[in-house]
Amino acid sequence: MAVSRRAFLEGGIAAFTWSFAAPGFLSDLARAQGASTRSLVVLYLGGGNDSLSMLVPYTDPAYYSRRPTIAVPASTVLQIGSDRAGRSLGLHPRLTGLKGHFDTGRVAIVQRTGYPESSRSHFLGTDIWSTAAPGAPAGPGWLGRYLDALPAPADPLVGWSTSRETPRTLMGDVVGVPAIPSVEGYTFATPSTGADAAAARQAAQRIFSHVPVNRPHLAFVNGTAQAALATLSRVASVAGDRPSLTYPTTGLGQALRAVAGAIATGVGTKVFWVATGGYDTHAAQNPNGANGAYMGLMATLDDGLTAFVSDLANRGLLDQTLVVQFSEFGRRIAENGSQGTDHGAASTMLLVGGRVRGGLYGTAARLDAAPDNPGLENNGGDLRFETDFRSVYATVIERWLGADSVRLLGGDFRAPGLDVL
Amino acid sequence: MARRDAFTEHFLRRAGFGASPDEREAYEDQGVAATLDEFLAPDSTPDPVDQYIGQPGFVGVTARTPFSPNSLINDARQRWLFRMVHTRRPLQEKMALFWHQHFATAYGKIAGALGAPAAARVMAAKPSEDPVRQRGQIELFRQYALGNFRDLVIEVARDPAMLVWLDGRSNVRGRPQENFARELLELFTLGVGHFTEDDVTSGSRVFTGWNLARVGNRDDPDVQYSFAYNANQHDTGAKTFSFPIYGGGSRTIPARSAQEGQQDGLDLINALAAHPATAERLARQLYAFFVSELTAAPADFVANVGGTYLRSGFDMRATVRAVFESPDFAAPWSMYARYSWPVEFVVRAIKETGWAGFSVNSALAPLVSMGQQLFEPPHVGGWRRGPAWFSTGAVLARASFAATLAQSQRTALRDQASRYRQSPQSLVGFVLDRLTPTRFEDGPYADLLAYVQAGGEWTGSDAQLLTKTAGLVHLVLCSSEYQVA
Repeated sequence: MAVSRRAFLEGGIAAFTWSFAAPGFLSDLARAQGASTRSLVVLYLGGGNDSLSMLVPYTDPAYYSRRPTIAVPASTVLQIGSDRAGRSLGLHPRLTGLKGHFDTGRVAIVQRTGYPESSRSHFLGTDIWSTAAPGAPAGPGWLGRYLDALPAPADPLVGWSTSRETPRTLMGDVVGVPAIPSVEGYTFATPSTGADAAAARQAAQRIFSHVPVNRPHLAFVNGTAQAALATLSRVASVAGDRPSLTYPTTGLGQALRAVAGAIATGVGTKVFWVATGGYDTHAAQNPNGANGAYMGLMATLDDGLTAFVSDLANRGLLDQTLVVQFSEFGRRIAENGSQGTDHGAASTMLLVGGRVRGGLYGTAARLDAAPDNPGLENNGGDLRFETDFRSVYATVIERWLGADSVRLLGGDFRAPGLDVL
Repeated sequence: MARRDAFTEHFLRRAGFGASPDEREAYEDQGVAATLDEFLAPDSTPDPVDQYIGQPGFVGVTARTPFSPNSLINDARQRWLFRMVHTRRPLQEKMALFWHQHFATAYGKIAGALGAPAAARVMAAKPSEDPVRQRGQIELFRQYALGNFRDLVIEVARDPAMLVWLDGRSNVRGRPQENFARELLELFTLGVGHFTEDDVTSGSRVFTGWNLARVGNRDDPDVQYSFAYNANQHDTGAKTFSFPIYGGGSRTIPARSAQEGQQDGLDLINALAAHPATAERLARQLYAFFVSELTAAPADFVANVGGTYLRSGFDMRATVRAVFESPDFAAPWSMYARYSWPVEFVVRAIKETGWAGFSVNSALAPLVSMGQQLFEPPHVGGWRRGPAWFSTGAVLARASFAATLAQSQRTALRDQASRYRQSPQSLVGFVLDRLTPTRFEDGPYADLLAYVQAGGEWTGSDAQLLTKTAGLVHLVLCSSEYQVA
């Protein structure tokens, strides 16, 4: 039976009704579906990624004049050719693994993704990317709406957040997504052992199954707890998965390892959430130093993502997997006096997977601050968006998830030229 | 020991971290009005609590020696939890937590910049114990817990931890960087929608030269970090804003000499503190923190509390008093209308269950899994609150902590429960009375009873009491009824 009650998010502005449909018997169904399940992995780079350090316009003199200390030298970038505007681009030198996957056609890079009047607030920006609703970024996330639209009752493991909380992107009105930061730590402990522990667990299960009358905030907690108990054994089964290679010990590496394990185990999860932070590089960004801040970010990203892609490829699972990466905004073109960059506008999205049509999408803007430069906004300070991020979402919804993007996004953002899948 | 005074308990959960049975009785004798007066004047209550660390009769800390809360962040976390459990100034501690959320600053980035021991010092050192009297940020929040908000913001702008966290230490003339100014406007005062991008630019220029000085070598234990105004790096030009800076309505901070340039920041902070949007924002935050997260603050509450804030010249003592004396706080619907934060859950559980032989060190890892590591908010926006605390993983982490605590206290709980051994009903009654959950409805109440009766006929033997009292405490602590305060 579905538990449905309203829960109230920050400030009491948005009211969600979450249902953790928890029956364990659905797991067999999910397993049966698992073999054909396509998985979508949303990868969030938290803090606002400096896309001009990740994808470097290394032939643009303005890039070097406006970034006197933090530009990535042309001699070190990993050249990947030119975009359709004829601008040459190169990946950050630490993205060697990703470059290899780009060369085999598994990586699509979409430049200058964003939306009109970009918010420079981390929190508003993240809400906008999460809800795909720049005008009113409250309520369920774009993938939460997708999960809500699946045939009910939804399997409790239909979504999986590897973070400690469920991100707004995956929050629905109906379906609740579990947060499983550690497969091994996902257990229900009791103070006793043996028969009494079993009795305690049964009691907990029954207590959580009640719907407290007129107390929806308690029902919300009960629903979450039920979902936790209902998913324990399947999550534990993922712990037995053995990857084909060693993942990095970073948080990102371990999160992606768990995702690969869930995909390989066939638990039936359709949507995963993975986040990695540290991209709010206002000072000492140093993308070139061996121990520089941005070098570290690229190392974490490249090592984790490359391991994931290679592991899935080794196990024949890459064709059923798609990674979509985003960040809440890009950063200013010019560096500040702290050898860092402040909050900006458009950024770059990556799509990675066996069925991705790899290559460079969109065009790089000229970076000179001339008032008539159409690629820039904010008095020439920021990259103006070229591809509405909702167009990328629309492609993913239509061509990967097989759902109606117009309905889920509340408008037609399909872009014919965006053949990334 | 039937409970006498639901409102006192409500007050103690909100203004503090709940109460042990003994504390509850003492505060009930004193009455809420006198207790509020006492809590609002923390300096008039002696504060020997740190001397109790390591003493018998108090919750334990790690056995590691020496215990070094001024240089090891994990020990600082333990000392803060210890204070939450045992302080006689609970509202001061509660407000310190409120300000930690409001001016969220994370140790991790600072440790990367200054090294771990120095980062622990700028976050948590007690000046009276520090070789060069470094004042950790949390001590600032304690000192100004119920002080003047404008003065607090000025102190925050000069706080070494903040100068590293939002990069103010490298904000220089000509190429200002915006991190501190943006969050000052967006998170610390006005909120989104009340300022423009140009305000961010002007604000970042205002704080050019508000830098960090270091005396001594980075790796010395007595290296000192302090605010330093660097006049040479100050942008002396005029700065214009979209809102009034001065009483006469002027929106422009005039050009000043570099030597006088620090006044720019004081003028801006003064204007931000006096802005109605700041008053309303603080009122809303206080409502969510002290009254209810289930509904947005009512307009009359915002007007009343925000108005008190402005009329009192930004005095948090008067403002917080207005919160507790509001009809909203006293209304029946505000009871148990707030989801407990992980540290609140942990501390209240310890205070209500007991702590014999229990160490707050055992709470550190579970708190991370629950989503709240002290001195490590996830970002400058602080923790996501309310239902966001209750992911599946976090619910399991709360249950695991509850199991550890109940298991550790089972002998003491058995002894205290022995008067109630005559029936499963009386044992359940004891546990529900001992803890202070919201009302269990008939269904879950019956489930608690059934648990006591599971596994054989009830005899009330010591062995049964040992197992079932701890088991009941665990079930209540991880129930939804206990997650709200």
